[in-house]
Amino acid sequence: MRPAHNRLTVNGELREVLFDATKTLLEVLREDLRLTGTKHGCELGECGTCAVLMEGRPVLSCLVLGVECDGADVTTVEGLAEGPALHPLQEAFADRGAAQCGYCTPGILLTAKALLDRNPHPTRGEIAEALSGNLCRCTGYLQIFEAVEEAARTERTDPPTQGRTYRPADAQARPRAGDAR
Amino acid sequence: MSGDGQGARGPGRVIGRPRRRVDGRAKVTGQTLFADDLFLPRMLFCKLVRSPHPHARIVAVDTAAARAAPGVKLVLTGEDFPIPYGIMPVSQDEHALCRDRVRHVGDPVAAVVAATERQAAEAAGLIRVQYEPLTTIASPEEALATPEPRIHDYGEGGNVHRLAHFAFGDVDEALRGADRVFEDLFFYEGSTHIPLEQHAAVAALDPDGRLTLWSSTQTPHYVHRELARALDMPAHRIRVIATPNGGAFGGKSDPFNHEIVVAKAALLTGRPVKIGLTREEVFYCHRGRHPVLMRLKTGVKPDGTIVAMDLETLLDGGAYGSYGAASALYTGALQTVTYHVPRYRFRACRTFTNKPPCGPKRGHGTPQPRFAQEVQLDKIAVALGKDPADLRLQQIAPAHSLTANFLKLGSIGLRECIERVVDGSAWRARRGKLPFGRGLGLACSSYLCGAGLPIYWNDMPHSGVQLKLDRSGAVTAFSGATEIGQGSDDVLAAIVAEVLGIEASDVKLVTGDTDLTPVDLGSYSSRVTLMAGNAAIQAAERAKVMLAQAAAEKLGVSPERLAFADRRVFDVENPDAGMGFADAVILAETKLGTIGTTGSYRPPASAARYRGAGVGPSAAYSYTAAVVEADVDPASGWVTVAKVWIGHDIGRVLNPVLARGQVEGSVYMGLGEALMEEQTFRRLPPRLSSALVHKIPSLLEYKSPTSLEMPEVVTYFIEEPDANGPFGAKEVGQGPLLPIAPAVANAVYDAVGVRVDEVPITPEAVLRGLEERGEGHAARVGPRAFPAVRWPDALCVAPPWEGGDGTAVGQKPGRAGRGGGGGAVATTGSRT
Repeated sequence: MRPAHNRLTVNGELREVLFDATKTLLEVLREDLRLTGTKHGCELGECGTCAVLMEGRPVLSCLVLGVECDGADVTTVEGLAEGPALHPLQEAFADRGAAQCGYCTPGILLTAKALLDRNPHPTRGEIAEALSGNLCRCTGYLQIFEAVEEAARTERTDPPTQGRTYRPADAQARPRAGDAR
Repeated sequence: MSGDGQGARGPGRVIGRPRRRVDGRAKVTGQTLFADDLFLPRMLFCKLVRSPHPHARIVAVDTAAARAAPGVKLVLTGEDFPIPYGIMPVSQDEHALCRDRVRHVGDPVAAVVAATERQAAEAAGLIRVQYEPLTTIASPEEALATPEPRIHDYGEGGNVHRLAHFAFGDVDEALRGADRVFEDLFFYEGSTHIPLEQHAAVAALDPDGRLTLWSSTQTPHYVHRELARALDMPAHRIRVIATPNGGAFGGKSDPFNHEIVVAKAALLTGRPVKIGLTREEVFYCHRGRHPVLMRLKTGVKPDGTIVAMDLETLLDGGAYGSYGAASALYTGALQTVTYHVPRYRFRACRTFTNKPPCGPKRGHGTPQPRFAQEVQLDKIAVALGKDPADLRLQQIAPAHSLTANFLKLGSIGLRECIERVVDGSAWRARRGKLPFGRGLGLACSSYLCGAGLPIYWNDMPHSGVQLKLDRSGAVTAFSGATEIGQGSDDVLAAIVAEVLGIEASDVKLVTGDTDLTPVDLGSYSSRVTLMAGNAAIQAAERAKVMLAQAAAEKLGVSPERLAFADRRVFDVENPDAGMGFADAVILAETKLGTIGTTGSYRPPASAARYRGAGVGPSAAYSYTAAVVEADVDPASGWVTVAKVWIGHDIGRVLNPVLARGQVEGSVYMGLGEALMEEQTFRRLPPRLSSALVHKIPSLLEYKSPTSLEMPEVVTYFIEEPDANGPFGAKEVGQGPLLPIAPAVANAVYDAVGVRVDEVPITPEAVLRGLEERGEGHAARVGPRAFPAVRWPDALCVAPPWEGGDGTAVGQKPGRAGRGGGGGAVATTGSRT
């Protein structure tokens, strides 16, 4: 099979990648772009571990084929911080014990970011609902809820990540293959 | 020097204060490198060919097509792995690839190593294995009834792996003299760990030709030993690096076949070789909670005080030994630690079955009998018209005493744990008085702070820590302890920082690397905080002495007058006279040379000297009490846990943020086991080889609680410092799981009057109970029979209060009585 060739925006940077056309976005990110911050837990779309943002919406990268991503705008955990400054969600997760082993953390951070982007002050129930597709075996979720709430309280003066083409209005875009919810 | 050592109360400068964990930033930025995140130049990929049969003879393995497939560099079969291995010296019953027999679906038969993962997978599909199916054994009952064919040719005969029978005093006599005797059968279903990180390993030869294995393991030291054995290589030519585990919960504590396979493949190809298991493979690796059937007979006085307990357990061990020889004993060893049990008989039987092997899962062998006793105590309380909380409060095991089976108890904060959850939940005002469909249940537990004996017999330290202080003021701690998410790195950093008066973030950590770090036995049995923590204190105190000596000389005061705090070393009587920590290191290095210290820890000797006493002893025990509030829908049987109050005697909280996370994570996992998690198998029809396949080997179908099922949890920490704990600290990672399942069962009874004597407590079970209740029967759902087991003669040990000295009747003094934690466990009375 001929390798696929894509141009996509990853964390605000245009990347060109040549990859085995059978690969999922998860595999392209980890194996071809070496962005190993995105983890895998099942490769069947069941655990939420591999969630990334595509056009600002959470998707399970194990259910998205790499070839579907030509021209896409993808955000991974590596794109959350502004230079050395952590995103408020990252600060809160680190401070509040929301990351124990840290393996489900990248997927949860991105899912939570998508939630806060569309609903800056969610209720506890809305947070639980938004994260219900992301399994965590360590924390029992409560410190994760608190961290999201703390991040929501944090006044965010930082502008959106540099170079990001995503705008909140895009969040209403059409559903795509691999949509987390 | 200021004497802020062990046992001090209240928060220290670092200890006891809420703090971001030292590895917190790495985890939220995705920079923590897990095993599968490693990509090495020229790396090859490995896939295993696994058996579709639960029990079969391997007749032939045809690898020709696979060897010729594109990208394939190496194909391995059982012929390449002649040497057996296993975590316990008494059960060396595994081969990295099966040689003549497969014993469960998923047993690996061959391995393919290729340039890409896809090529390896495609070539693996070309391997033809000819099997001759054998009779399959699906349950302990079948194992007992089917002595032939034997799954293994060792053990107690037939398909019985292990038998044990201990009598601590004359239990029959005590039961005859009891006012009431309660007898119940309970069943605790097996469950699996589901770390979200699937097991992965990378092996490579270093530039000097030595073998390095990176692996998601909790026990790098044991993996190191077993690699040396299985590969027949000197251990000093092997380096094992435990990468941070993406969750483990006991599921990464065995040496695994895939680790040995990639190590061999790296040796044979000279190239790095990686394997990452699929989620389905992780379900078949298992080593999780043993399904246990239990018969519990308890005699009580008129007021409910226990006079004797008689426990029988029957374990479904699966296809290999794993930790099973210890697991079997853990189903009884800690039953005497929570309440005072004057006389105790315990019989355990572990059987082999053709299913993935069971092993240690959070609580290792203890949640099952805890469930039995705590539910039975609830029944006793109801029968005697007593408040279940009072029934427990009146018979808490006494602190600083010996139990009937000679476990040495230290501090016990259980009374306060019970009182806090009773008050918090308004138990006395609400239990038994809530509307039909809503109920409260209470249960208690205790757990060890590290196994008192190592897996293999030796007199060396269980944990070592080295410190390196350099003139930059940096302190580096080297420890074999393995970070599995529980926070062991943070514990080490906090303890070193507390002693040396610096910040936790000033301490760099090198952990879980057999080349660079002193041995720590691993992250299992809740041992790291206590053991590595004590070793860290010793190493840090030794460094402090060196710094104090040099600083005192400079300041012209005696070393005893120096304090270490706020990154300074200063005269306590004249705090302005002092120096920065880095300057103290420079002075010490100038005066004494390179500054490095070591600390080590070995738990105190056990008072138990009978054979089989290797399981149960610990330097300290944690205690927990929980109240669960549950809603039961009488129409659907659905149980919703509304709220949990949990009190945990942790000795001393080192970092409240992490400690709370361990409690809430334990509650979560306990709720999963109580209500939904099941590692269960079904037998396919004979035309499909009668295969015993996992019913639900996927994260969607294997039900576990999500964010929507998690109730509110109120956590109370009871700080009853234990003299053996670092700063008085005890464990918190496993104990809080134990009371959850029985508290849920007791809450269901309070809600709808149905006794579910098994977990998981499914809606079907609750509905069945409600139907029975409607028909006027006793509303009880649970096992109905305990099969006949040919128990060996009892090993009789008189309890301390009956003149016992820890040895068995007729036992000759000597080494045997030390009952090594692995090597000598579960040797039965009939053999002594």
